[in-house]
Amino acid sequence: MSLIPLSAMVRKDLQLFFGDKRSVIVSFVVPIFIASFFGSIFSGPSRSGEPAKIAVAIIDQDGSAISTGIVAGMQADRNFKVTTPPEAEARDAVRRGRLAAAVIIPKGFGDAAGNAFFGNGDKPQLNVIFDPSRSTEKAMVSGIMTQHVMESVSKEMFGGAQGRAMVERTLPQIQSAQMPDDEKRALVNMLSSVQQFYNRQPTGGSQAAGARQGITMPYTVHEEAMTAGSNIAYNGYAHSFAGMAIQFLLFAMANMGIEMLLERQRGLWKRLRSAPVSRFTLLTGKVVSGAIVSLMILLVCFAFAMVVFGVRIQGSILGFLGIAVACALMASTFGLLVAALGNSPATARGITTLAVLMMVMLGGAWVPAFIFPAWLQQFTLAVPVRWAVDGLDAMTWRGIGFRGAIAPAAVLFGFAAAFSAIAASRFKWEEA
Amino acid sequence: MLQVSHLRKTFGKLVAVDDVSFKVDRGQLVGLLGPNGAGKTTTVSMIAALLTPEKGEVLVGGARLAGDTDPKKRKIGLVPQDLALYDELSARANLRFFGALYDLSGAPLDKAIGAAMDLVGLADRLNDLVKTYSGGMKRRLNLAAGLLHDPDILLLDEPTVGVDPQSRNAIFENLELLKSRGKALLYTTHYMEEVARLADRIVVVDHGRVIADDTLAGLQSRVAIAGERATLESVFLTLTGRSLRD
Repeated sequence: MSLIPLSAMVRKDLQLFFGDKRSVIVSFVVPIFIASFFGSIFSGPSRSGEPAKIAVAIIDQDGSAISTGIVAGMQADRNFKVTTPPEAEARDAVRRGRLAAAVIIPKGFGDAAGNAFFGNGDKPQLNVIFDPSRSTEKAMVSGIMTQHVMESVSKEMFGGAQGRAMVERTLPQIQSAQMPDDEKRALVNMLSSVQQFYNRQPTGGSQAAGARQGITMPYTVHEEAMTAGSNIAYNGYAHSFAGMAIQFLLFAMANMGIEMLLERQRGLWKRLRSAPVSRFTLLTGKVVSGAIVSLMILLVCFAFAMVVFGVRIQGSILGFLGIAVACALMASTFGLLVAALGNSPATARGITTLAVLMMVMLGGAWVPAFIFPAWLQQFTLAVPVRWAVDGLDAMTWRGIGFRGAIAPAAVLFGFAAAFSAIAASRFKWEEA
Repeated sequence: MLQVSHLRKTFGKLVAVDDVSFKVDRGQLVGLLGPNGAGKTTTVSMIAALLTPEKGEVLVGGARLAGDTDPKKRKIGLVPQDLALYDELSARANLRFFGALYDLSGAPLDKAIGAAMDLVGLADRLNDLVKTYSGGMKRRLNLAAGLLHDPDILLLDEPTVGVDPQSRNAIFENLELLKSRGKALLYTTHYMEEVARLADRIVVVDHGRVIADDTLAGLQSRVAIAGERATLESVFLTLTGRSLRD
């Protein structure tokens, strides 16, 4: 194989690519812009460590010590941004999507909750109005609110005025209650003990109330993000730049395939085929130029992420480069496949746009693949983008060593080989 | 220089070329005439090795072409009907690329580019982007791209489509010069006056078959018009009929 035609083909394709300003902007600037945007969304807590707060309204129609305690607990919680509008206003705000949920504490809730706390009454209802499009936030509101309700109810029941009154009211009623005698005795003993406990406590006053504690969580949680190291924070930009770079290099290479179809339409392949150049040289020239452009897109995107957003290759640099080269070859041969299978530039453009979008969505370039159903996660192993994104994640923020790059790189090279073989066998060599 | 023997090519049920034979000698321009769909471009494509004939052979300098990389392909220059150029590149970049396909590089390539651009009268526009060229200039550049490697045989597939009379005349002068240098030229066109002016011999094809192969005078003598010499167009219509072709 002569190197003069091969290098001329590569040089010509690079000249064409970089001569088209729109193509350069779409391939380099747009992925950086979109990846920066997605990275800022998926980067987790802000630099101050504060999580994004969920907007919640609380309507306290009860006004009891227990309901007041629930409202105070919710307001103090760092996960919530609590407002206390009228009910109608809260309902409207949820309907319009301005609030994730609104909690209505109905009249009589405190008394009923106190009775139910000792198992001697019906459980009162807390009304939660929520935006159905934000079910995850609703689940968080319900879970965290349970903690505040339990804390407030138990605090009041073990020393508050409402608790004392409830015990004094309940004790005489036990005798007439319909339950076995031994259970009545046990309940009387328990409430008598609680009453004795109350009598030892000072009554009233904010200091006394402040010292009382309700039931609290009997454990604390130590959270440790499994990143490259104990002192290395997760950088969401690493994932978003991997995903977007892969997406746009696939678009660039699909466009290269469409350009080949246009070259055929314009008679340029007649010139190429009439020259004493082998088919292997013609296809290799396209693959090499495409791989160079792809590699540049990937490396420029990551260079930007490193300089601006502090993304680091915490794993193996060699592994990262290996995966980058494998991605570039996979994308380049994908472009060749488009040229081989496409009937016309117009139809190929529509089909490849759909194919690229499906691949990047299923490959976890937009959102991580772990949120997919189990069967879909298995299916996405057949999508090259999944291996590309997982491989780049492994080499960047996960901090996995060179061995972690071998499988993704090998699979991507495998895809490149398969795409090349199909393209070579289906390429239309005859020029009528 | 170029000999075509019993070529046949079908596309499905359509017989595009059937038993086509003719030859083109050094310093000779042969006009290949025929209505739309007669098989002219398919014939040229088989000669340029773009299509593989089902039957027959193409002999270049007495030898068959063997495979994509056969060095004998250097003896053939193709000027396709389409403007096969990269609009977004300069004329120089285009010619450097097309020359490199024939293993030309460095000073020999620059010399070939200079000679080809001088011939077609575009030397002063060498560094301009092709998209800034007029239609006629693109046609001349299309011709220059086919001449870079100094082929012995030049295949010209309707090289004057859509150009103004000045550019057409310039192309004719280029072709006459090439003929005088001993090149063998095969020229397909629909324009009778072009063939009448340029061709040493005329091959008329219709429905994929050669229906006449003669000089202009020989063809004219076949059609009798009282007191006058028949035009090539009237000869052509007599040979191929007046029914419309799609």
